[in-house]
This record gives sequence, C-alpha cells and structure tokens, in this order.
Amino acid sequence: MDETAIQDRSGAGVISSVPHEKPSHEDSIRGGVHGAVVHDSAALHVSGEAAYVDDIPELPGTLQVYIAMSERAHARIASLDVSAVRDAPGVACVLTAGDIPGENDASPVAHDDPVFAEDKVEYVGQSIFAVAAESVADARAAAKLARVEYEDLPALISIDEALAEDADLPTAPPHEMRLGDADAAIASAPHRLEGTVQIGGQDHFYLEGQVAYAVPGEAGDMLVHSSTQHPSEVQHNVAKVLGLPDNAVTVELRRMGGGFGGKESQPALMAAIAALVARKTGRPAKVRLDRDDDMEMTGKRHDFRIDYAVGFDNDGRIKGVRFDQAARCGYSADLSAAIADRAMFHADNAYRLNNAHIRSRRMKTHTVSNTAFRGFGGPQGMVGIERVIDAIAFKLGKDPLDVRRANFYPAEGGGITPYHMEVTDSVIGEMVDALEASSNYRARRKAVRAFNATSPILKKGIALTPVKFGISFTTKHLNQAGALVHVYKDGSVHLNHGGTEMGQGLFTKVAQVVAEEFQIDLSHVKITATTTAKVPNTSATAASSGSDLNGMAARNAARTIKHRIIAFAAEKYKVREEQVVFLPNRVRVGNEEMRFADLVAEAYLGRVSLSSTGFYATPEIHYDRDQARGRPFFYFAYGAAVSEVVIDTLTGENRVLSVDILHDAGRSLNPAVDMGQIEGGFIQGLGWLTTEELWWDEAGKLRTHAPSTYKIPTANDRPDKMTIRIWDKGVNRSETIYRSKAVGEPPLMLALSAFSALVDAVAAAGDYKVFPHLDTPATPERILMAVEDVLARGEAD
Amino acid sequence: MGDTVRFLLGEEERALSDFAPTLTVLEYLRRHERLTGTKEGCAEGDCGACTVVLSEPDGEGGLRHRAVNSCIQFVSVLHGRQLITVEHVKQADNSLHPVQQALVEKHGSQCGFCTPGFVMQLYAGWLEDTLTDRQAVKDWLAGNLCRCTGYGPIVEAGLEAGQAPPPDATHQARIAERLTELQGDGMLSAGKAEACVYAPRDADELADVYAAHPDAVIVAGATDVGLWVTKQHRSFETLIDVTRVTDLSGIDETDAGLTIGATCTHRDATAALAQLHPDLGELERRFASIQIRNAGTVGGNIANGSPIGDLPPALIALGAELTLRHGDKRRKLPLEDFFIAYGKQDRAPGEFVESVFVPRLAPGTSFGCYKISKRFDQDISAVMAAIRVRLRGGRVDDARIAFGGMAATPKRARAAEAVLVGAVFNEATVSQAAEALAQDFAPITDMRASAGYRLKVAQNLVRRFHIENSTEAPPATRVLEHG
Repeated sequence: MDETAIQDRSGAGVISSVPHEKPSHEDSIRGGVHGAVVHDSAALHVSGEAAYVDDIPELPGTLQVYIAMSERAHARIASLDVSAVRDAPGVACVLTAGDIPGENDASPVAHDDPVFAEDKVEYVGQSIFAVAAESVADARAAAKLARVEYEDLPALISIDEALAEDADLPTAPPHEMRLGDADAAIASAPHRLEGTVQIGGQDHFYLEGQVAYAVPGEAGDMLVHSSTQHPSEVQHNVAKVLGLPDNAVTVELRRMGGGFGGKESQPALMAAIAALVARKTGRPAKVRLDRDDDMEMTGKRHDFRIDYAVGFDNDGRIKGVRFDQAARCGYSADLSAAIADRAMFHADNAYRLNNAHIRSRRMKTHTVSNTAFRGFGGPQGMVGIERVIDAIAFKLGKDPLDVRRANFYPAEGGGITPYHMEVTDSVIGEMVDALEASSNYRARRKAVRAFNATSPILKKGIALTPVKFGISFTTKHLNQAGALVHVYKDGSVHLNHGGTEMGQGLFTKVAQVVAEEFQIDLSHVKITATTTAKVPNTSATAASSGSDLNGMAARNAARTIKHRIIAFAAEKYKVREEQVVFLPNRVRVGNEEMRFADLVAEAYLGRVSLSSTGFYATPEIHYDRDQARGRPFFYFAYGAAVSEVVIDTLTGENRVLSVDILHDAGRSLNPAVDMGQIEGGFIQGLGWLTTEELWWDEAGKLRTHAPSTYKIPTANDRPDKMTIRIWDKGVNRSETIYRSKAVGEPPLMLALSAFSALVDAVAAAGDYKVFPHLDTPATPERILMAVEDVLARGEAD
Repeated sequence: MGDTVRFLLGEEERALSDFAPTLTVLEYLRRHERLTGTKEGCAEGDCGACTVVLSEPDGEGGLRHRAVNSCIQFVSVLHGRQLITVEHVKQADNSLHPVQQALVEKHGSQCGFCTPGFVMQLYAGWLEDTLTDRQAVKDWLAGNLCRCTGYGPIVEAGLEAGQAPPPDATHQARIAERLTELQGDGMLSAGKAEACVYAPRDADELADVYAAHPDAVIVAGATDVGLWVTKQHRSFETLIDVTRVTDLSGIDETDAGLTIGATCTHRDATAALAQLHPDLGELERRFASIQIRNAGTVGGNIANGSPIGDLPPALIALGAELTLRHGDKRRKLPLEDFFIAYGKQDRAPGEFVESVFVPRLAPGTSFGCYKISKRFDQDISAVMAAIRVRLRGGRVDDARIAFGGMAATPKRARAAEAVLVGAVFNEATVSQAAEALAQDFAPITDMRASAGYRLKVAQNLVRRFHIENSTEAPPATRVLEHG
C-alpha cells in the first residue's frame, strides 16, 4: 500500500480508497482471550529495559528529596527548628507544614493524613518535614541537623492496648452485621465453643519502593510520575496539596514493581511532597524511599484480634456464631473502614452461618496507618471462621473436612450471608469434591496420623480449606472504569485504560480483549502508560477488579469503533451490517475479504472517527451499609487448597511439604497469568501466616523494617510438591468479560490451608488431646510455644 | 601504586579515579553509567534485585565468576575485574540469552522489578554450570526475593537454562587476558583527597598498609561494612579492600585440620567444612545467599565480632584457634577468647585476623550444629548452637557447647559443659545440662525471638543433639531433611 496516497494533502485528487493487499486466512488470531499469552513486558523485564519510575532519565536540575520522620510514637512537637538544615551543603529547600499552599492532607478519605505533621506526631516514621538537595545523601545528612523538641504523650501500640482504652478511630465507628438471632442459636445449640485468635499484619514488600517524580510545567501545572495503583487519587491529592484544580495535575505510570495494595493510598504522600518541592523550586523533584524508610513510613495489612463464640450440632453444623473483630488501624483512617467491612463480609468464608452476629471495631493506635493489602481484610475475616471450623471438628473428633463440607453454601442457592445476600453461585462443594479426590486427601490424612504415631519429634499435619471471595468494590461508586482506544490508519491500535500494571498481567489481559474484539493479532495492540490525562476519574486498580472493569471498558471502546467501521463498510460496499464480519486479521464484507488495516485506511478516508472512549459500570450491585444488607458483590470467586506440613516439636521449625490447589478463574482470560496469580498469591499468603512477622518495640518503633529482619518466603519455602490447577469447569454465571473471574486476591487465602495444617500438627504434638492455641504468623517461636502449651494442658487434663 | 580502578563494564574498559571509596557499585551503575536495569530493592544484600556478576582470571587462563549484591559492594572491588549486568547478557545478535528466554517462556516475571537480579543469578549459575537439579536451582535463588510469582516458574526457568550450551571458552580466555592487563603492577591506592582506599595484593602488603593506617576499615566481602554505609550512612577516611589478598583466600588441609585464610569466602570454604562434618556444610548452605557467601569471608565473620555470626559458635565448639597478625608479628589464641564483650574483641589497632585453624573431629567425638531462624534461608539466627561431645566408656570425656544469639558475644556454655563432663550421656544428664543453660545465658528479647524462646530452644537443641547421637537409629529430628 502506498502510504503517501493517504498522507497526500495536495488536494490533487480525490482519494477514497486504497489498494488492497491480499488478506491472510488464519483460523485464529495470535494472542486472543483465553490464551496463555506471556506478559507483555516479559522481554523487557529480563533485559532490564522495562522502565520504572526511578529509571526515567532525570531532567537536568532534578532534586532528590528526603523525608524526615518522627522518632516518637505519640508526642507534641514543642518546637521544630530547620534553620541548620537549610544552611547545609547541597540543600535547595526545606519544606514544613507551613509551606503547603493547599490543604495539608494526603489521605484517601478522611482528611487525617497530614503531609507534614504540625503540632503532634502519632507514629514513629510520620513525615515531619522534607529536604530537597542535589543528592539524597546530602538531603539525609542535612535533615539530621534539624532540632525537633518532642513532649511525649501516652502511646497505644497494640490492639489490646487500644481496646483497653476504648480507643476507636473517631472517623470509623464500630459496625455490625446481623443475620437471625445468633445469641439464641448459640445458647440453644447442642455444643458451644469460644475462643480468640490474634492475627498479625503484613508488609507488602513490593520490590520497588515508593517513588514519585514531579516535573513542573507552565502556569503551575504539574506532571507526576508516580508508582501508584491509583493515579486519580494521587492526582487529586497533589492538586489538593498544591491548592490547584485536578486539571492542573497529570499523573502517569507505565508500571509498578509490585503493589499488592500498598500503592493504593500510600503513594499520595510521596507524590505530594515531590510536587511541593517542584512547585517551590521550579525544578523537577524525586522522592524515592529506601527500603527502611518505606517500611517505617507506609501502612501495612491490618492486624486483627478476633473473638468468637459458636453453637453447633453433632454433625458440626453451625447453628449460630458471633464474631468480635478488632482491627489495628494505626493513627488515621486511611481505608480502614472499608477494610474492616470486608473482614466482616468474609467472616463466613464459604459457610452458611444461619445465625450470625458480627461486630467490628476499628482501633486507633500510635503506629503507622494500616492500609489495603491483597484481600483487604478478607483474609483476616476468614482466619476467624476457619479457626471456628477447626475447633468444632476437634471438639467432635471429626475430620475438619467433614465439618467444612457440612457447612458449605449449597450449590442450589438459598444460603444467605450475614449481609443478607443470597449465594446463588456456590461451586465450593463440587470443587472440594474434586480436590479431595485429586489430592488423595483422605489417604494422606491417614498417613499423617500413622507417621505421627511413630515419630516422637517431628509431627505432621494436613488440612483442606476453601475460599469464597466477594468480587466488587463494596463502595458502590468505585465499580466503574474507562478506556480509550485509538485505531491508527495503518491498522495499529493504541490502548489505554484506567487500570494500572503492577505485574499482575492486567495490561496483557485487556490487550487480549481488544485484540479479540478487533480480531487482530495481539502484536498490533500497543499498550500504553496509565495517565490521568487520557482516562479520568479512575478507581484504584484494586479489589481484584482490574480485568473485570477495565476489560469491559476497553471492550466497549473497541466495540464503538468496530460498529463505526461496520456501518461505514456496509454503506460503502452496499451490504447489510450483518454482512460485515471481523475475521482473524481481516474483515469479510459481503463476499469479499479484506485486511483489517485496509478497511481501517478506507474508514479513515471516509472520515470515520477511529478513536473512542469506553465505559463500564458493574450492574446489579447495591448495598445499604447502615442496614448491612444488600448485594455488594457481583459474584464470588472460589478455590480450595490442601496443605501438608511438618513441625519440629523441639524448635518449632516448620515447613510446608506439599500443596494441592484447585482454583476457579471462571473462563480464564489468560491461564498463564492466572496461574501466576494463584501461585504467587498462595506463597504471599503463606508468608503472612508463617514467617512474616512485624515486630514493634516498646517505644512503638517497628524493628522489622528491611528484609534482614522481615522475612518473606524464598524459593526454598515453596514446596516442590505443588500442584495447581485452574478449575476446568469454571465459568462465571455473571456476565463478566468473557465469563472470566477475578483472580488477584482470592488465591492468597488458599494459604489458610497451611495454617490449619500447622494447627493439626501442633495438636499431634499433644497427642490430639487439646485444641492448640495458635496465633499468626506461626513462626517457629509461636509453634514451639503452642506445642509446649498443648503438652502442658494435655497433662493437666 | 595505581590510583585508578580499571575494569571491564561488560566488554568496555572503564577507568575510575577521584571517587568516594564508599561509592557502591549499584550507585555507580545507576547514577554514573545510567544503566538502570540493575535495581535497588533493599540496599543491604538481602533481596538480590541488584545482583551482578564479577569475573576475574582464574589463574588457569579462564575466568571465575561470582554473583554479588552490587548494592553493598564498593567500586574498588571492580579493579581488574569484569562487571556484568543485565544489560550485558543478551547474545551477540541481540537475541535473549537462554536464561532470559527461559524466564520469558516459563512466565517467570510478573512485575519484573526483581527480574534482572534473577536473570543475573541464574546467569551466574549457568556460567558455573551448576543449575543441575531442582534443589541446586533453589539454593541459587534463595537470596533473590520475588513477591509476585511464588518462584515456581523461575525455578523451572533455571532448570531449563541449565540445559543451555556453555559459555564460549575462547571468549572467556580473551577477557581473562584483558583483565590481567588491567590489573597492572602495584597496589591500588585510589579515591579522593579526603578519603581513599588501598587494595593490597598479599598478606604482607596488607600487614604493612594496615600497620601504617591502623584506623582504616578493612573491607572484605562488604556484607557488613557495606551496610555501615547504606544503612548507617557512615563514611570512612581509609578503606582497605582485601579482596585481592589471594594468599589468605585459600584453605590449607592437613591431617590435623583446616587452616582457613581470613579472606576465604564462605562459598569457597563450604566443601572443606562439609567434609569435617555434614552439619557444617548445611550451616554454610543456610548461612546466607550465594551472593553473600560469594563475598563474605570466614575472617570477616569472625573479625566483626558479631554476637549473631553463625560461624564462630560452630568453630568454637570445634576448638578452633585464631591467628592474628600485626606487621610481622603473629599470635594465636583460642577463638572463644577473641570475643571479649559486645563490640569488643582482643585485637590491637593495626592487627588483623590472618587465619583460623579448625581441628578435625577426633574418633569417638560427636558434633552437631543447628541454626534456628524464622526463615531457613538468608536469615540471621535467633539461636545458633554447636555442640561437640567426646564419649569414653559411656561417659562424657569432653564437651564443648557454644551458642550465638544467646549473649553479647558468641559464647561457650560452661555450666552446661560442666554438667556433662564426667557424666553418663543419657537423657537425665542431658536434661540437667540443658537446664544449666539458664545459668550460662540471659538472652534478650528482640525482633528475632523472645528471651524465653531463645532459652527454651537452646535447651531443646542440647536435647536434640543427644537424641541424634545416642542411638543407632535416632528418630527424625530435622524438618529440612524430611520430605
């Protein structure tokens, strides 16, 4: 095809058609939906060419910013003198609260996360002031010259301390859900149990720390490259801090080096400070936290304390249950209310509770403000009910799997959640049947018991646990997404949407959707950086919703363009619209086939708009939070896992010996990507429940703030025997994108099987006489103490 | 004396002078060369995202390669060596290296931030031809953290890459020649006016330069000193880089035992230690990541005096003897006597650890050492126990029990030893010895473990040692050996 023909602006002749090349006749496109397509950036990842925010070539004059942090957990700032900091070598500017032209707040909701502390500090690590210098080393050295006088105030560090003081977050009052009459049901049940479990938090440990690079523009405009899951919120916070409308700020991001929820609300602070420096100095400014500062300054998964009381029958069927959940929120609200809500929404996991009363308190502590983390409270809620199930089974002397099965939401529907939503898509029973058989669970459980009978020091445990996870943001308005698709006149496609890429393969999946819609090879679809300038008012890429929302929005954009092309072709070639059919890399118009690119070129010449936005809002969902009733979730994702573990009763050392997973991804958009989410989620959950321990000292300082002290799993913690299958019968009964299911968060909770297996192994150490107390994370220390405890209580019995 | 660090960056020659001696290799790459493929994940050698390969002539016409954490290596280490980063591993035709290709095909990257480190680590494994089986690959990867994948696909990629054709020996020989030329004559003495680094090439040069600069900081693997810079933000006037002191990097094996040179890396010491006792091999495997063991030295693990170094308790229990040197003067002392108090060792200014002698186990002697940590790999011990017991006629004739993590120094459990010596080696006396540990130690509570756990597990490790060494067929006691 002669490119110049199309580009000719001489007006010498009327150009209304282009020479056609012979179309190919492939049976299918390369890279459509349901294919195991490799991550779009894989080749760039392995060659080091994939650029992250800190890899963007710095403009001349770029300043490096260090954020000076509180050294006290709770104190009044009696005085702050930064004059020596200003005079230090290399320093370009020092910013304190007084230097903020707009609002001193970088919070997502409650206006309670000051960019710089003003009169008081409320956690060790809180931002007090920032120093911008030619190098981070200069900035850091200068910051040490500040004179901060603190007057200490009483600090609450743990949940129990906060509960003792009734220190609920003022912005997040207690909340409850009621189904039936739990107290009466418990009281009248044949058996009753009570208990408590403490659940530890978790640092995200994204490999790329928080980073923002602000570049000042004309007339006060600001461009911020931010490693964020939520560009729109960063945009809004930067504008708010600068005292500008949102349209003055553009936030852009090609990819993150991991997010996991830790880059949902947290990046606003770093972006705001970078922008403040850029505004003040007129120079580009970068804030990049090193690992220690990142871990001390940014929020984590909420620790929880869950107290339970349950009544059940001889088969282990739950008649009624009461949960009292208390979350450690830290010093501010952040997203804690929604997170604690989701813990409540998952207090049932996959079980019909019949009568339930779930109370939730959101405790204020003088620690970092906890935030979103893969599962968003759901995992903690599930720990509670899985403890209950294990306790019931132990009390009745049953295989916990039998008790689980006796309580599953029925496949035929009719099961009502504690928030009054009927579960109509329960496939957990069928999946667990399949997994029980494929994992050889029963025989292995016998083998575990036989091993334990002859092994005095090492003890094994095994457990099968289910996952049911609600998909949708429980804040209804967040369930919307936008996309922008351009088709260029050479037939190549430019794709943009509001979702962000943090490694989860979202960009690949959405590009597959667009390729599928246009029936063109994936290689023709250019994936581009997320930017608030192209798609506005986006929600965070969170709640596992990325593909569901953005895939639909992109499909809608593509369909709009497609329909325009169809209408154009029908008119031009005098055929009915149904006779214009998109085939792999070509279009059949009547009886003729032509290349996609050729038809696109003709459409351009025919003055057809080849660019469109697309929009999607999840249908059918509604929720009345005051009444705690409604249908907050569009559907549920399911999965189940079997874990077998071994513990050393002398040291508490433990490891997972084998894992079998069956997971429901609906009709997977990309099985390779989904397998990665399942395995990665499981291992991340395993870390949360075993080795990853956050430890604060008495002064409220986090002492596990780097990988030397905070231990996420390594390759050697993954069992060699790990069988993962995507459920081949999976299909979403709701109308999602190509009937796929969200897969980002649910697999994390499959790791609860390992925790239950550890409980089983500890019980074995006590010859199955008493049910072990075991909190998370189940470190060697907690395992050993639990072993000692079952031995002591076993003797006392 | 050379005042310029000369090395190969990939295939290109580089010459550095007038630099801060504490400039890290990572900082140099990212800020000075604008090679941003190498990532900073933790700046303490614990995540592997910054992994690069250092190659040097192996003395036999070829190259030896070491994967190291560039975030804690100082640039003087580059002198006379080849620095290979993720930007340098593609093939001549710009296609992906088999390691990279395997990672792509097995879906081994998600967010991709850790990926360059994994590429370089597997590349090093491929260069060494040691990606032989699943356990080997996992051990190669245990110092590279990935938060996305769960590791399975990366392990598969490693196994696949292990099948790739070996590196071109001719090319390696050519690089070795170029490197030998770059090393030049004379000791490297470089840096800035206010801070400089010396890189002596043998023990005598080291002795001279250290005697002349007794306030200097000796840096070997930089696995500790590197963190003084990246975490504590300290600076030094004088550094002595001992990574070229080759006459202290070996192990002298005799019938009596091993004399391990101070600059012998943990990786190089592993085989010989494993021959002394398999527990020592396992200790070295779990001591740290391959990157750290490639850099960190036996001498460094002793000389830094840490109460939580893993090797000293093991070597103390084995009856090791330390040789210290100052100028031409040498003296020997039992290893346990070197550690005086927290941060204080029996070492005079200008005096350095030259070697450590580790006697072989005598017949009739049992030995065990146990590393207890939250995570099995690349973790600092909560408690490190090492026990050597010699039995004669059913009674304990000699007992040496040493612990790390239980006191301000690596320390012998004299009270527990006293209970055992002369006693029948049975459950009752062992239990008494375990109880006696409460007299020996008052451990602290910190982020790694509580005082209560430390004491309890220390006592139980004495019991474990007895169980493992008191019957012909002891029950299984170690979760890592249990599939």
